[in-house]
Amino acid sequence: MSNAVLSVRGAGKFFPGVKALEDVDFDLEAGEIHALLGENGAGKSTLIKVITGVHPRDAGAVLLDGQEIHPQHPGDAQGLGISTVYQEVNLVPTLSVAENLMLERQTRKFGLISWKKTEADAKAALDTLGLDIDVNRPLGSYSVAIQQLVAIARAVALDAKVLILDEPTASLDGEEIQTLFRIMRELRAKGLGIVFVTHFLDQVYAVTDRITVLRNGRLVGTFVTRELAQIDLINHMLGRELAEVSAHRHQDEGNYNGPIRQIQIKNLGKKRVLEPVSLDLKAGEIVGLAGLLGSGRTELSELVFGTQRADSGLVFLDGEPVMLRSPRHAIRSGFGLCPEDRKQDGIVAELSVRENIVLALQGRRGWLRPIPRAEQQQFADDMIMALGIATPDSEKPVGQLSGGNQQKVILARWLVSKPILLILDEPTRGIDVGAHADIIKLIKELCDEGLALLVASSELEEIVAFADRVAVMRDREKVSELVGAEITQDNIIEAIAR
Amino acid sequence: MKINERFYPILATLAVLVLLYGYGIFEHRAFSDTYVLGALLTDNAFLIITAVGMTFVILSGGIDLSVGSMIAFIGVLMAELVSGFGMHPVLAALISLIVGSAFGAFMGVIIAKFDIQPFIITLAGMFFLRGICFLINLDSVPIDHPFVAAFSGFKVPLPGRGWLTASALLMLATVIGGVVIAHYTRFGRNVYAIGGDRHSAELLGIPVDSTIIRVYTLSGFFSALSGVVFAFYTASAYPLAAVGVELDAIAAVVIGGTLLTGGMGFVMGTFFGGIIMGVIQTLIAFDGSLNSWWTKIMIGALLFGFIVLQRLITRSFSGMRAGAT
Repeated sequence: MSNAVLSVRGAGKFFPGVKALEDVDFDLEAGEIHALLGENGAGKSTLIKVITGVHPRDAGAVLLDGQEIHPQHPGDAQGLGISTVYQEVNLVPTLSVAENLMLERQTRKFGLISWKKTEADAKAALDTLGLDIDVNRPLGSYSVAIQQLVAIARAVALDAKVLILDEPTASLDGEEIQTLFRIMRELRAKGLGIVFVTHFLDQVYAVTDRITVLRNGRLVGTFVTRELAQIDLINHMLGRELAEVSAHRHQDEGNYNGPIRQIQIKNLGKKRVLEPVSLDLKAGEIVGLAGLLGSGRTELSELVFGTQRADSGLVFLDGEPVMLRSPRHAIRSGFGLCPEDRKQDGIVAELSVRENIVLALQGRRGWLRPIPRAEQQQFADDMIMALGIATPDSEKPVGQLSGGNQQKVILARWLVSKPILLILDEPTRGIDVGAHADIIKLIKELCDEGLALLVASSELEEIVAFADRVAVMRDREKVSELVGAEITQDNIIEAIAR
Repeated sequence: MKINERFYPILATLAVLVLLYGYGIFEHRAFSDTYVLGALLTDNAFLIITAVGMTFVILSGGIDLSVGSMIAFIGVLMAELVSGFGMHPVLAALISLIVGSAFGAFMGVIIAKFDIQPFIITLAGMFFLRGICFLINLDSVPIDHPFVAAFSGFKVPLPGRGWLTASALLMLATVIGGVVIAHYTRFGRNVYAIGGDRHSAELLGIPVDSTIIRVYTLSGFFSALSGVVFAFYTASAYPLAAVGVELDAIAAVVIGGTLLTGGMGFVMGTFFGGIIMGVIQTLIAFDGSLNSWWTKIMIGALLFGFIVLQRLITRSFSGMRAGAT
């Protein structure tokens, strides 16, 4: 590792209740393209934020050319030679291409900007990438692909030693990706160290030299790309060092004997979002949705709940088609969704535990029939007891609870509205280990009470532990369905990698 | 060659100005006289000077509601310094400019350092300055000094019957100064960057806080200058002067083609915008049969049109964040 331009040693970053990054080592050599991989929440973006100074690190060291650095913000890191290009281009769309390239570096004559020289410099910077566009037009009038290349050109023009590309290909088409790869290889040849974050594994094999995998904020390992088979890579990403959980549920083990409600998803799909998927669910059954990030797990949940509108297919409840034009319709039909991004889409942080719990029920009843305060209190107290929500009282703002307890409040919200189908998208993301077990236990109990559950998760041992059936997703498509004894981590990984 | 998208709004502004002026010349022969032009430049001088400062504020994505009160406050302060303390008006004007800039900087520091909505801080500034006016003086007082008389008497003749007054000349100098700052200094370009996308500007290494403080300082300076011009022009001070001028200035900026959300626009556009508002007023005065409130109706209609036009242009941009549009 004598050649390492950027080294991270024992980096740690802790947020209240979560260890986002723990004891992570990372080495980037000059003249290599290094993939940084991991599922959502694995710590990729936290590591990048620690390197670039968005977050101060809580432990460890970051060394650039052997010198420890302490960037306070991305501007600092950029000044030191670490440039980052994000999926969402961080340039100014209303300014011209030339200005975006030359901001704060415009050539001046007698204290005033010389536009002629500035534009020529901008053109020269783009030439190094083989990009020939009108630098006077606003950046926003170009495609995202070009904007991204402009961002890279700016980074290169700033004499970057390290270039971090955070999901740069997510919104590019095939040809644009090839252009990007060509430029990445050229920059590698010039001695730049490139960190490439992506969730497209074929791209990892197409362009990278080495791979570092993170999981749950910890380092899994660094591998030479040529020597790592794709199935091993997926194994590393999804993880399986936990022993296979023996408490495996089988269909016949369910304890639910009530009326069987059937939910049938038939060819539900949306162009460019999800290939048509069919899936049957019934009361008292847990169906797991497995797959890598971007495989269509979240998209399927959103289509069923009406957050995104499907353009093909239907969902039937007991044989009757269900209107799924908006979450409102879905809630009326008895569907519930605990979204992946709890803070953004789930809780209303400023409202109290009680108010959050009655939200869905109130929505279903309509605002003209308010739930009496005493009844709300009853619901809230019952749920705090039943789910073991750790809160001093029902009036505490939800935002002040820990992640696990927030998740329980969202579960409680759906439980009081007595749903038929509950969709859980990554229910255990960002929750500490103790609460994790609680949530899994709750999911099983809910099922026994007669709910149909659809649970999307990137944690295989979790899915294996509770699912009666598993739908495996890959490339926005359902590729396999496993039942009963077939549900093992090996089988799921094989279905994903096939 | 395709015309750059950035010029669409200012071209629309120019078209409106030409149409209105052309209509005036077509309807009223006297409209073509340079006398009308000279009067337009003089009567709208203080508005346009303020609006130049407002252009920077709006380009940065902010707003400054304190400028109207600032004009009145500076007038009252000038009257007190000249009549009360017997100071020379030029010295009084210098002090006024420093006080105005300092107050702008003060608001800028609060806005930048505490990350507070500029709307609410400058609203507080608006009430505060208006209140201070009454603390100094309750009535309209004249500013009596030979220099003030000389200032309002100074005229450069134009071809025809018109002339440029000192106010108009100062205003034109301000516009040129504004253009240079906006387009030929790094500070000016940084203002555009912050208004276009503040988060990105920060990541691009732009000193966001200090730029914002300087923007409000500049607006304080220009509104104080406007107050000085207003005081010299009217040779009096009145605590209730220039009520609502902040809104006229905002209207001039928007009609001039500057994006109300920031990041796009031209100081020259603001000049045209201010002149358009003056032309509408003059047209209605020439007509004689229309109530003067028609000015407001016309300006309102123009604002509707320009805001929709801006929206159409920025909506075609990719990578424009929801917050930035």
